[in-house]
Amino acid sequence: MSSIAFVLIAVLTLAAALAAATLQKLMHATLSFALTFVGVAALFFLLGAEFVGLALIFVYIGAVAVLVVFTILLTRRDVEKDRGANWGGTFLAVAMFGGLTWAILKTQSVAIAAPHIRALTVRRIGETLMTSYVWPLQCIGLLLTAALIGALVLVMEEKR
Amino acid sequence: MDQIFVNAKHWLLWLLSWLTAPPGWVIQVASSLINIFALLFVFLTLFALMSVLERKILGRIQNRYGPNRVGPFGLLQPVADGIKMLIKEDIVPARADQLVHFLAPILIAAAAILVLGVIPYGRNMTPFTIDGGILFFFAVGSTTELAVFMAGWGSNNKFSMLGAMRAIAQMISYELPLIITVLPVVMVVGSLIPDRIVAAQAGYTFGFVPRWFVFTPWGATAFILFFVSGLVESNRTPFDVPEGESEIVAGHMTEYSGFKYATFFMAEYIGMFAITGLAATLFLGGWHSPVQMLEFIPSYIWFFAKLSALLFVYIWLRGTLPRTRIDQIMNFAWKFMLPMSFTCVIAAAVWHYAGRGLRGWLWSFVVIAIVYTALSKLLDTQRKFAPRTYRFAE
Repeated sequence: MSSIAFVLIAVLTLAAALAAATLQKLMHATLSFALTFVGVAALFFLLGAEFVGLALIFVYIGAVAVLVVFTILLTRRDVEKDRGANWGGTFLAVAMFGGLTWAILKTQSVAIAAPHIRALTVRRIGETLMTSYVWPLQCIGLLLTAALIGALVLVMEEKR
Repeated sequence: MDQIFVNAKHWLLWLLSWLTAPPGWVIQVASSLINIFALLFVFLTLFALMSVLERKILGRIQNRYGPNRVGPFGLLQPVADGIKMLIKEDIVPARADQLVHFLAPILIAAAAILVLGVIPYGRNMTPFTIDGGILFFFAVGSTTELAVFMAGWGSNNKFSMLGAMRAIAQMISYELPLIITVLPVVMVVGSLIPDRIVAAQAGYTFGFVPRWFVFTPWGATAFILFFVSGLVESNRTPFDVPEGESEIVAGHMTEYSGFKYATFFMAEYIGMFAITGLAATLFLGGWHSPVQMLEFIPSYIWFFAKLSALLFVYIWLRGTLPRTRIDQIMNFAWKFMLPMSFTCVIAAAVWHYAGRGLRGWLWSFVVIAIVYTALSKLLDTQRKFAPRTYRFAE
């Protein structure tokens, strides 16, 4: 049952990722990019990591995809133009893939290393974040606030 | 009576397993399907009822009758509307992006219906219990923005594009207060599961005041903020700039006709049910009864009573308030709603650490009152109105 689901989701995700890289219209590429994240989130759901899957949908579809769409709309005039082959991007993608494959092959299998992993509930994530990782969490919050204020300062109209 | 629907479902499943003796996953799928069909049936009926009642109530507010020709009191009006929508021609503009134009209404309706699944409608009546139910609600709800954008961009029309831009701008701005006002409830309950949140609001203080979060200062403030943000998220008057009929035809729905338009319409209403349902769950005690004496009335009746009361306020507001300007909406979101929702979080923390009793009640009230007065001073709301000056038209 779950292996069928895995194959279906994996095929969907890979197809969407491929479409995001190859489609001619930039807007279509963005939408398939969003679909890729739905697939990845579904994989997380299949693994029982609901929180990660939901956060992925929340951040990448609710925020990042909308941001990308907005950016395309506000900045580019040539939305409909053909895109040529992007050799730098291809090289980067192949290098990334190779590096990741190498890293994955080198690591010990998680299933062998830790046979009993406790269920990853939202409650446990919350408790860990609020107790042992509270300082990193606060630092990230501060950094993001600083980034937000910085962005506002950049676009603020200068007073004459 | 209280468990009649739960028992009916169990009985159906038992009948299935008795008749065919299927493997376990068939039972699971059947159980989910029963939930889905029940949800769809209830909310599509409610949608039909709401569409006619809204027109009736608006008619009352505007001193006219409203629909009263089809069926008794005009109650069969939705049937007539549905037939009309179904037999209308489905027009797709020649320059539109066919696929995106086609997918947008499906995605928007799917997102609207999916979020209904995590709301507890009664005792043991949550269709799908998910570990992070509240998070699921907002995560799936946030895909609506992309769907609205697809509709606006796929139509290849100026009005559609403008409407979609307006919709996304206001939805993103109000998503922040919407989610931050949920935070105090989650903090106080210590869980993201809707059932736990409802369970935390059981019981009565002094024997007669229900322990709903709306009766605490932070809860009342958060409820009002949540309600206003919910109005914006479902694009209702006074925040209906995305589809302002008098300015940009119908916003992102301009190029849709027939059944696709009806799908948009339905998604909007179902989104409204979902957000009011969540408001009732978070702040109004979910399916708990307000008075101890009336606890014999089934829980789902209480839930739908609260839902209808909130929906009535939606219609009431639509009948009374004019449309706001987009800059007013934005200013209101970032300068008032956001600081106030952060205050709710702080006030809830104060309430918790002052012992959750009368003292906590007073202290959190003080926090909210101070911030509210400071904000109204800072934002200069006391300013008297002067004759209007025009910058571009004179």
